[in-house]
Amino acid sequence: MDPHFQHLYDILAHAQGYIFPNEIDLQWGILIVVYPFITGLVAGAFILASLERVFKVKILKPTYQIALLTALSFLLVATMPLISHLSQPQRAYEIMITPHSSSAMAIFGFVYLWYLAVVLLLEIWFDYRHSMVVWSNEKKGVMKWIYKILTLGVNDISPRTIHWDRKLGYIITIVGIPSAFILHGYVGFIFGSLKANPWWSSPLIPIIFLFSAMVSGIALVMLVYMIVSYLRKKAIDLNVLDAIGKYLFFILILDFTLESLDQIHRIYEAEESFEIIKLLVSGKLYLTLFVAQGLIGTIIPLITLVFLQFYKHKIKLQKTMYFIVSVLVLIGVYSMRWNVVIGGQLFSKSFSGFTSFKVGLIGLDGTLMAVFWLVLPIGILAFLLWLLPPWKMVKEED
Amino acid sequence: MKFYIPPQITRLALAFAIFITLFLVLRHFLVPKTFGEYGHYRGASLIDNAQPEIHYAGQQACFKCHQDIEDKKAQDVHSEIHCETCHGPGEKHVVLSKTEKILKPAGREFCGSCHVINAGKQKSMINQIDLNKHNIGKNCIECHNPHQPWEMKK
Ligand code: HEC
Ligand code: HEC
Ligand code: HEC
Ligand code: HEC
Repeated sequence: MDPHFQHLYDILAHAQGYIFPNEIDLQWGILIVVYPFITGLVAGAFILASLERVFKVKILKPTYQIALLTALSFLLVATMPLISHLSQPQRAYEIMITPHSSSAMAIFGFVYLWYLAVVLLLEIWFDYRHSMVVWSNEKKGVMKWIYKILTLGVNDISPRTIHWDRKLGYIITIVGIPSAFILHGYVGFIFGSLKANPWWSSPLIPIIFLFSAMVSGIALVMLVYMIVSYLRKKAIDLNVLDAIGKYLFFILILDFTLESLDQIHRIYEAEESFEIIKLLVSGKLYLTLFVAQGLIGTIIPLITLVFLQFYKHKIKLQKTMYFIVSVLVLIGVYSMRWNVVIGGQLFSKSFSGFTSFKVGLIGLDGTLMAVFWLVLPIGILAFLLWLLPPWKMVKEED
Repeated sequence: MKFYIPPQITRLALAFAIFITLFLVLRHFLVPKTFGEYGHYRGASLIDNAQPEIHYAGQQACFKCHQDIEDKKAQDVHSEIHCETCHGPGEKHVVLSKTEKILKPAGREFCGSCHVINAGKQKSMINQIDLNKHNIGKNCIECHNPHQPWEMKK
């Protein structure tokens, strides 16, 4: 038998009840889980940086550049899971050169470009320009030239120009916040606007995606801050962790509320799709929804964060707990993406059957590929932190 | 005081201008020539799609030489099933009937591809049998005539 049919035949043996023929195989696999997860990290990390800048939260200062560089590293990779999931990846650029206004994906390409080029790169550039000019004067050889090129030849560091750096950077931040909202709202919209799928189709989905994005981005920045401090053998500032922890707590509460609202709404409406969704949630999604997303990713972190606001004795223990909380939250948000993307394809649109999903290890849309796209941004981040070390920046008076 | 434009602005404007020009130039070369000829797609794709060789002749083509079989088939339950559903693509055979052989399906699996028990199909739409129970050890066509299933061979 043709290997493709053999594959379908094998899954067919695991199908339950009645499903339509085109529902045997999941069209969107693990890479489509990774994609909203990564864009979420970008939007979340950026929003944390913006909080510091717009609301002048002094205490978060040490995480500002880390958050921006984290956002950039993940943004550079954000489209890759999508592209590697295509069967003709070499044609991906066509969506950009002949975009169709009715294609959500094509417009997303431009939202992405706008966010990359106009928001993130510019904000980082304005922030680092002064330091890069200084570094290009200090360094020798190749590095000197790299910094020179990065400044785009603007090496004026008179107070007036520096002042403009900050002013323009501020404007970009203001523009950036709605852009970050749009970027991730868009990802949610792509799912929320699919009216054929009752598990996705909901106007709340973009907002839920946005808040879970913030949750994951903040947790990631907290994690990166701790790891970077540890690697540099610098003490982790507990006040910073407490401040981030507070934001994480509030946004996690909001996220949890919104998601519960969505579910309660579903339960109360109890449309004709409700029976199958009930079976889905209590069956195939039980572990990833209730255990991973609900308990591990939400309830335990919430309780721990409350506890940490009161518990102020053993510093080491507090830091360890923050570390664990951020990891748990990331696991929770990843599971949320999984529940949305995979969950939405497991039940038949006839509402009377299920297919099953087995992740492959190798191949263009296998687990290894997904892990690769998750690890690559960490490598990029390490490189960026080496190229543009926040701790070596030129101090500026406020 | 003279109107002041910070040096960053002019330089960035230049960088963006270069970027956008580059994009437009690339776009100029990358967009296929016939794009938009008829709609939001490559016009020449219509010609491409007309290129593939024809495999199926349609069952009307078979009747010219095999009217006897059609007469049988038309009387029985398989009347709605076209010849090439079972015999596969027949265009070559229609053109060169002497030399080009067409598939002559055989075996229990073949009939089973439509008649095997399947929870996804309604029994009232297509009759199903259990391949592991229904007269095992014998080929279907030893009893049923494929063109006229209820005309049993003895
Ligand atoms: C131009 C006349 C002609 C047309 C049209 C034609 N056939 Fe035939 N077909 C023949 C002849 C002649 C033979 C016998 C060849 C032989 O015995 O080698 C034959 C034999 C066959 C056989 C038996 C092959 C075998 O291996 O015993 C099948 C099955 C068959 N045709 C199916 C079809 C189908 C299906 C079509 C329509 C797509 C079709 N034919 C159209 C002339 C035709
Ligand atoms: C349900 C599937 C099916 C359909 C539909 C069908 N055939 Fe057949 N046909 C067979 C099978 C199976 C055989 C082999 C019979 C055998 O080996 O005894 C066959 C044999 C033949 C033969 C070889 C001679 C014979 O009678 O054994 C010819 C010719 C033929 N078919 C022509 C046609 C034509 C023409 C049509 C359309 C009018 C057609 N068939 C439709 C299944 C089908
Ligand atoms: C392309 C799908 C298909 C294939 C292949 C096929 N059949 Fe059928 N068969 C049907 C359909 C459709 C009917 C009509 C619906 C019904 O009554 O089950 C039917 C009806 C029948 C019936 C009558 C069932 C009844 O309830 O009256 C028999 C017997 C039968 N086929 C035998 C065979 C045999 C033997 C073969 C293999 C040579 C075969 N079929 C191959 C589709 C197929
Ligand atoms: C020994 C001869 C014989 C063989 C071999 C045979 N059948 Fe039958 N088949 C019959 C008879 C007799 C009936 C009608 C009585 C019955 O339902 O058992 C029948 C009935 C059927 C029916 C209608 C079932 C129903 O419940 O009305 C289908 C469909 C069918 N056969 C398909 C097949 C297929 C497919 C094969 C090959 C896998 C096959 N038969 C092999 C003799 C045979």
